[in-house]
Amino acid sequence: MHLKYESFVREPLVDGDKDYHQVTEDIVRPIEQKPSRMWYIGFFFSISLLMLGVFSVFWEVYWGIGVWGINRTVGWGWDITNFVWWVGIGHAGTLISAILLLFRQGWRTGVNRAAEAMTIFAVMCAGQFPIFHMGRVWDGFFVLPYPNSRGPLWPNFNSALLWDVFAISTYFTVSLLFWYSGLIPDFATIRDRAKTKLRKRLYGLASFGWTGTAKNWQRHEALSLVLAGLSTPLVLSVHTIVSMDFATSVIPGWHTTIFPPYFVAGAIFSGFAMVQTLLILVRKIFGLEDYVTLGHIEAMNKVIVLTGSIVGVAYLTELFMAWYSQVVYEQDAFKWRILGPYWWSYWAMMTCNVVSPQLFWFKKLRRNIPFTFIMSIVVNIGMWFERFVIIVTSLYRDYIPGGWTYYSPTWPEVGFYLGTFGLFFTCFFLFAKYFPVIAIAEIKFVLKTSGEAQKKRMAAIDAKDTQEFATEQLAAHHH
Amino acid sequence: MAIKKFAVGCYTDEEVLFPAVKSVRNSGYKLHDVYTPFPVHGLDHALGLKDTDLHVAGFIYGITGTSTAVGFMSWIFTADWPINFGGKPHWSLPAFIPITFELTVLFAAVGMVLTFCYLNQIMPGVKKHVFHPRQTDDLFVVAIELNDHVTDQEVIDYLKTTGAVETSVQIAESDWWYGRWDIAEHYEKLA
Repeated sequence: MHLKYESFVREPLVDGDKDYHQVTEDIVRPIEQKPSRMWYIGFFFSISLLMLGVFSVFWEVYWGIGVWGINRTVGWGWDITNFVWWVGIGHAGTLISAILLLFRQGWRTGVNRAAEAMTIFAVMCAGQFPIFHMGRVWDGFFVLPYPNSRGPLWPNFNSALLWDVFAISTYFTVSLLFWYSGLIPDFATIRDRAKTKLRKRLYGLASFGWTGTAKNWQRHEALSLVLAGLSTPLVLSVHTIVSMDFATSVIPGWHTTIFPPYFVAGAIFSGFAMVQTLLILVRKIFGLEDYVTLGHIEAMNKVIVLTGSIVGVAYLTELFMAWYSQVVYEQDAFKWRILGPYWWSYWAMMTCNVVSPQLFWFKKLRRNIPFTFIMSIVVNIGMWFERFVIIVTSLYRDYIPGGWTYYSPTWPEVGFYLGTFGLFFTCFFLFAKYFPVIAIAEIKFVLKTSGEAQKKRMAAIDAKDTQEFATEQLAAHHH
Repeated sequence: MAIKKFAVGCYTDEEVLFPAVKSVRNSGYKLHDVYTPFPVHGLDHALGLKDTDLHVAGFIYGITGTSTAVGFMSWIFTADWPINFGGKPHWSLPAFIPITFELTVLFAAVGMVLTFCYLNQIMPGVKKHVFHPRQTDDLFVVAIELNDHVTDQEVIDYLKTTGAVETSVQIAESDWWYGRWDIAEHYEKLA
């Protein structure tokens, strides 16, 4: 009864001879069990980091933005670096769930739920940096257009920074809706098999009363598809707009037309790396190796090598354009990036982002889990350095040597950054404990076309003699 | 809010479900609904359901967002408070495009999800009758509405011939209600 045919030579998306019930059992098990000791250790470690972040932020708000290392020349430092970095991480989630859905990539089903959760939490972390960078956070609502008592005072709709406000808040809202609408049927699954009253009630509340009628599923599929269609250009727009925060200025090193595609590729690059980090841990801790298979990891590594190469080409294009433009300020900005006082950040970026992902051309390494895990962290470090290089090494020396300076972060900046890690992992630990980490309904949907059992059955058919198979089929259909 | 009596048949495989659904539609019994743990493609056609118009709603919400954004920004920068930004025209459409796009997406997405919830009659706290706890796990459930013209046993026997592995007769609230968790238990006692 399946309208989709998939060649048996393709790797199965679900390993092991599973039936529908087994899928539910495997994915719901961590939610119904008590968390492991590892979970508690990780969770409390994350909470402690979060507390450090809260204290650092409190310190900054109380004393003012002067406690940070930023100065009049380097007005953007770790804060905006971290903002762009976290937003970038958020992009793989939507890419996996939306773009791959539109492209009918079946392998997304195993990883989309965790990736979408990652998006939500990463955007939550990202949003805090520009807000606290404002200094007077209690006036933060000034960025929103609303009729106010200060005369007809409106924000500047021509400003890329205001575009960011709209882009990030829209991105967060739409990602949240996409994620949650997918979760509703899975919550209903947990509700209907709940043994305790409390669990039944909480998941009953979360599942909105979903029962899974044919019409509801039809609408659900229409909704997912349109939300995917909306999110796909949204992902590209969000990071394009983030890049315009820089590209619409006149700072040497920033006003480059290559920024939008280069930033989008970089975002997907770092996002996929973070998905790898999280999923390699999750599949191991919760025993979900059958759902997040080596094939999934390899597919993501292929995306990493592609986007890593795009980023590499962008770096070289920037260098070429700086030379070709014959603008002395542009040329010097790039010369100092490579050889100036921040040379270490430039070379860290080059090594981590351009050189190391090229190793993924080797199939052996693409399918090696420990190597992938290390690479995923290397890529994220590299991408953090990329944002640092763009921001700090473009600002610390500009047109007039009198303003030249050096910038280093202070403890509240570092604490704030670590604090967002705390927030991210606290949220992720709670997600992994209370939410189905893998989209149950979607796995069941691909099980019969792409499960291992089906692949084996098809391989057996393929091995048969044609005549023999035809006789068998005729007999089966005529009883 | 009608309390009705249903005959329920459960199937373990969608390949059995399809002919069963077709058979029920031809039999003349009143098919209440079919419940599946995941979207089964083609089931809507087998049931004779029309395609949903949810995307049309999405389109309308989208253009509402577009016109809201363009209209609002145009009004502010030309009529309400025209400010000179670096000598650029007051009505600078290219600069309005990013926000216009974002609002289009935002309106379409939020509107569609709310419409989706409204049409499906789902929202936080809603409880509906679940015919079989495994209908969200691995069973495909067909519910037939019973009336005075048929006996319960007749319909149950019929469901068994279509391949149902489990059957039951249930009295249930066929619509939805908000936040009354005790009602379901009440009906369970009736049945």
